[in-house]
Amino acid sequence: MTAGDGIVTLDKTAEAPLLRATGLEKHFPVRRGLLQRKVGAVQAVDGLDFEVRKGETLSLVGESGCGKTTTGRLLTRLIEPTGGTVEFEGRDISHLGQGSLRPLRRDIQMIFQDPYSSLNPRHTVGKIVGAPFEIQGVTPEGGVKKTVQELLALVGLSPEHYNRYPHEFSGGQRQRIGIARTLALRPKLIVADEPVSALDVSIQAQVVNLLEDLQDELGLTYVLIAHDLSVVRHVSDRVAVMYLGRIMEIGDAASVYGRPMHPYTVALLSAVPVPDPTRVGKRERILLTGDVPSPLNPPAACRFHTRCWKAQEICGVETPPMVELEPGHQVACHFPENQPA
Amino acid sequence: MTAPQEVTGSDVQADPEAVTVGMGRDIEGRSLGQIAWRRLRRDKVALGGGIVIVLLILVAIFAPAIVAVLGHDPLEFHYDQVDPDLQVSPGFFGGISPTYLFGVEPVNGRDIFSRVVYGARISLLIAFFATLLAVLVGTVLGVVAGYFGGWIDTLISRTMDIFLAFPILLFALALVGIIPETAFGLQGDTLRIVLIVAIVGLSSWPYIGRIIRGQTLSLREREFVDAARSLGARAPRILFSELLPNLVAPILVYSTLLIPTNILFEAALSFLGVGIRPPTASWGGMLSDATHWFQIAPNFMVFPGLAIFVTVLAFNLFGDGLRDALDPRSR
Repeated sequence: MTAGDGIVTLDKTAEAPLLRATGLEKHFPVRRGLLQRKVGAVQAVDGLDFEVRKGETLSLVGESGCGKTTTGRLLTRLIEPTGGTVEFEGRDISHLGQGSLRPLRRDIQMIFQDPYSSLNPRHTVGKIVGAPFEIQGVTPEGGVKKTVQELLALVGLSPEHYNRYPHEFSGGQRQRIGIARTLALRPKLIVADEPVSALDVSIQAQVVNLLEDLQDELGLTYVLIAHDLSVVRHVSDRVAVMYLGRIMEIGDAASVYGRPMHPYTVALLSAVPVPDPTRVGKRERILLTGDVPSPLNPPAACRFHTRCWKAQEICGVETPPMVELEPGHQVACHFPENQPA
Repeated sequence: MTAPQEVTGSDVQADPEAVTVGMGRDIEGRSLGQIAWRRLRRDKVALGGGIVIVLLILVAIFAPAIVAVLGHDPLEFHYDQVDPDLQVSPGFFGGISPTYLFGVEPVNGRDIFSRVVYGARISLLIAFFATLLAVLVGTVLGVVAGYFGGWIDTLISRTMDIFLAFPILLFALALVGIIPETAFGLQGDTLRIVLIVAIVGLSSWPYIGRIIRGQTLSLREREFVDAARSLGARAPRILFSELLPNLVAPILVYSTLLIPTNILFEAALSFLGVGIRPPTASWGGMLSDATHWFQIAPNFMVFPGLAIFVTVLAFNLFGDGLRDALDPRSR
């Protein structure tokens, strides 16, 4: 166990990334008819390139159906990519079998979206949080029960809840139980799939702050998946904006929030509610027309051109490459906004 | 849209929301089973059914003792109780008396009470073991089909369809003609019981199997299964430790509802003469014999019929109550 590593000081530029996705792709085949012939593919994730550095929080944001969750499940290897690679600590894990993945599971853990479905209703809290030890065959120092109670205390629950069942807890408490389970094996990377979207607004901040505190305390690295830009704003180091299975813009949080360059990011940010009524009228709200096209048959070239107000002919012909327009801020757009002079 | 929560700094850190611990009182978790039991206790009808079931089981277990006190040997003939000309008992309603509680059989004068009591043994024994077999096969195949999907699911589901389409009663009738007196090292009633259990059990497993498969299909999508997989759990652990505990409720409910069906099935087989053979007492066999006599000795038909009726009703009421208790939303 590497408990109590303390705060990890980072030199973000020098170190090799903890996780690297290269051309990551997941197409779900669509089969029809008696012979189950493949008639098409849902291009849920279609060529993602990004890195996650040790100790940082990378947020993946985008609207429903853009492939965020699929990406999370690819990174934790709950599903196998159909193309591209996932490297963890320099090792290609994209096509490892379940047997070779098992030891790796300790290092990559996942926080799930729905705290009402992520805890087995028939197991006690003690069994749920102790499951990682049981499955991995690890006996922690001081015994499983003591360790589980310490984990419960760590996430702000009473250790006396050990013998209770999930249905006796509120949504926020349940999510804390899920987080305790995630932390049990002291993972290096945690993929959090919309960890707060199922929670009450008043609880969201508590859980987000808990995640942040745990990061400081345990030196965790997060991939945070969210559809709500405002929720992840103050915990993200970097943000990747996804649309229809591709990354549109990726960069340091301050830069992406402060000077969004991709029209899609600009539109998303303009939709964030402003909690100050005097400022509401003073900003421009960009309303995108139409629906997100089907990932079964996505638009050619730039995926956003069908809904983009700046789109021109080239957008439907040539895929815009990822260009670093600012240090640490890449955009895939032919006509970016807020360009640095 | 959720409003942004801009809470900077860590002053709202890991505070438990409303985790107030009782004053020195131990927190005792209440499992879903305990909650269901509390609900069941309030359901008087189901509880009545449950009490009848317990009594029936006790009667079946202690049949020899009960008969020793209240009746006669079920195979013993009592020609003195039967009118030699009419061949039925001259007494009230087929000869009901303190020594013959349900009267006597026509012709040979066997004690109907004792035969009904011993018949409970056969009925319950066959129904329980047939249900056990059906539940075992149905649950294992249902969970496997539902969890793994793909060609495994197709194979198991089509097998269920074949079993459901199979004319099992005709098959049983045909089978009886060819079974020898001894087979598989068994003989007589034991062989019969094993065969009937197999026939009844194998004809009813797809009903459980389909329900379990459907439940597994929906459970499989729950995130706790993903959570177990992301921890590196192997398939057997997911099936038996994560999924199975969540299937206990439907398994319990459908087995209590399958038992009466199987009792009726066994009675039907015995009625048709392919079940337990005389002179061993069985409810279906008694009904079959009684068809020739019901106009002059109605008690011969009424009591075994009543026994089947009460047993099936008790199991059905209890099963319904159990379903309501285990899943209050299903109503």
